[in-house]
Amino acid sequence: MADPSLLQDSVARPDPAVRFTDATARLGGRDIWSHVDLAIDAGTFVAVLGPNGSGKSTLINAILGLLPLAEGKVEVLGRPPGESGGDIGYLPQRRSFDPSMRVRGIDVVRLGADGDKWGVPLPWGAARRARDARVEEVVDLVGAGAYAGRPIGEVSGGEQQRLLIAQALVRRPRLLLLDEPLDSLDLPNQGAVAALIAAISQQFGITVVIVAHDVNPIASALDGVVYVARGRAVSGPPEGVITSETLSDLYGTPIEVLITSDGRQVVVGQPDATSHHAGHHGPHDHGPHAGHDHTTKEC
Amino acid sequence: MTTHAVNATTLAGPTLNLIDDVRRMLALHFMVNAFRAGAVAAVLGAVIGWFMVLRRQSFVGHTLAVVSFPGAAAAIWLGVSATVGYFAGSIAAALVIALVPRTPVGRAGGQESAVIGTVQAFALAAGALFVSLYGGFLDSVTGLLFGSFLGVSDGQVVALVVVAAVVLVTMVAMARPLFFATVDGDVAAARGVPERALSVAFLVVLGCTAAEVSQITGALLVFALLVMPAAAAQQLTARPVLGLCLSVALGLVVVWSALGVAFYSTWPVGFFVSTFGFAAYLAAAGFRLTAGHQARTVRKGRTSQVGGVATA
Repeated sequence: MADPSLLQDSVARPDPAVRFTDATARLGGRDIWSHVDLAIDAGTFVAVLGPNGSGKSTLINAILGLLPLAEGKVEVLGRPPGESGGDIGYLPQRRSFDPSMRVRGIDVVRLGADGDKWGVPLPWGAARRARDARVEEVVDLVGAGAYAGRPIGEVSGGEQQRLLIAQALVRRPRLLLLDEPLDSLDLPNQGAVAALIAAISQQFGITVVIVAHDVNPIASALDGVVYVARGRAVSGPPEGVITSETLSDLYGTPIEVLITSDGRQVVVGQPDATSHHAGHHGPHDHGPHAGHDHTTKEC
Repeated sequence: MTTHAVNATTLAGPTLNLIDDVRRMLALHFMVNAFRAGAVAAVLGAVIGWFMVLRRQSFVGHTLAVVSFPGAAAAIWLGVSATVGYFAGSIAAALVIALVPRTPVGRAGGQESAVIGTVQAFALAAGALFVSLYGGFLDSVTGLLFGSFLGVSDGQVVALVVVAAVVLVTMVAMARPLFFATVDGDVAAARGVPERALSVAFLVVLGCTAAEVSQITGALLVFALLVMPAAAAQQLTARPVLGLCLSVALGLVVVWSALGVAFYSTWPVGFFVSTFGFAAYLAAAGFRLTAGHQARTVRKGRTSQVGGVATA
């Protein structure tokens, strides 16, 4: 898995990592999205975009098998959802840890390795040593060595996110599902964590599915995009999906995609004003781009 | 810990010779049984309490203990062993509370805490009723609520040991998934950890523990052994195994020194258990404040080592 040459194989493989076929998700009697057909190729880095409440996390829950589909089916790594266990690494939307939570970051990473097993591990033995070595390896990989020994509630949001990525990686998953990993991080941390995720997807050939509000921090590394809105989903390469035509068709209302001079994409006119735009997190996005503010409606 | 040893020595009765005093106590069979029962309750309370504090279920724990009071009062009224009453009350209440949909750990459980508060108030009222039906002696009420260590029979000690063994074995089996579900519920659920079943199982385990601890500290002072050692241990360390060991050690020190002091005092044992537990917690919190301050000042130079040591 760690061999970069595997990337070539997995790209060439015809079986996608995730395939939705005519899938409908229903929550409380309401269709979240319906008749979704999409495939996420193995080894690719794919973003799930869309406004708040459009069902992005529902898509992840369907892949995990936490939410059974009302209609249609989803295949995950060639199996029904919920049967791939350790082959899937998952980072839920959150939620930061309670500052008073007296559990170390490294304990949280370890739970990713064997937290679902019954009984108590013997403090000696090869399995335990292998686990500890692997935990150390992923903690180093995400650069969390300096604070993994501190209570997780006391480290910063970006540091928590790195530890949680380590937790999701510890079992060498083939599929990594990250639900809003960049949410609630400040701009420098967004960039750093996005770069880490992109590096992981490139280095290990893992299929990475990332739910995001803002495509820009990850845009350069993406292989594909799934755009969820108004009960539907479209997928394809980023340059094919994030276009005025595709999004206007998806929303059923005129949408304009602007490319700023520094290459950032700004979606203008989508109904949910707060969810998806070039970013309002730093000084960089104000000033020159203020005229393309997301609240602008195309009338 | 040394604080308690000093306390025990200075308060420990007329001779002020620790060895003599201990020898005098242990010559009495009921005191030996009190030390045994206290040790069992302390170990169990420390281990289960550690998880309870981590899960922020202290209010539930307190309620399960309070419910042991009507259980025991009803048992006495009906002429059954009080031990049976303690367990019946707590386990029944644990199952009732388990029926309430559980709010995620760490978030304020509005509905859950309202139901628990209701159960607790009703339980106290029912206890008062049973005591009055029995024709209640004030002494027995005080014992049920604030603890007594007189008259722990050999049979009771055996019952305590058996229950504690069953609870601890159950806990060893489910400790890791329970820890996972507590710390990181969403990921645990995605990994197939049966959160709901674990939550119910833990409530029953907590009920057994509350009933067991109640028999030493009384229904109202269970926190002395259920919360204080665990909370103190979590102040001292964020390491799970070390924290559990510290919790057990603190619990044992607290209960044994309290029994020793209570033997030479006219004050109730529950008072001493709670006071020593409180002192341990204060000391631990003070230690953390001091240590935290030091750690912040030297963190830059030292933290990379912490990560390395932790994995070793």
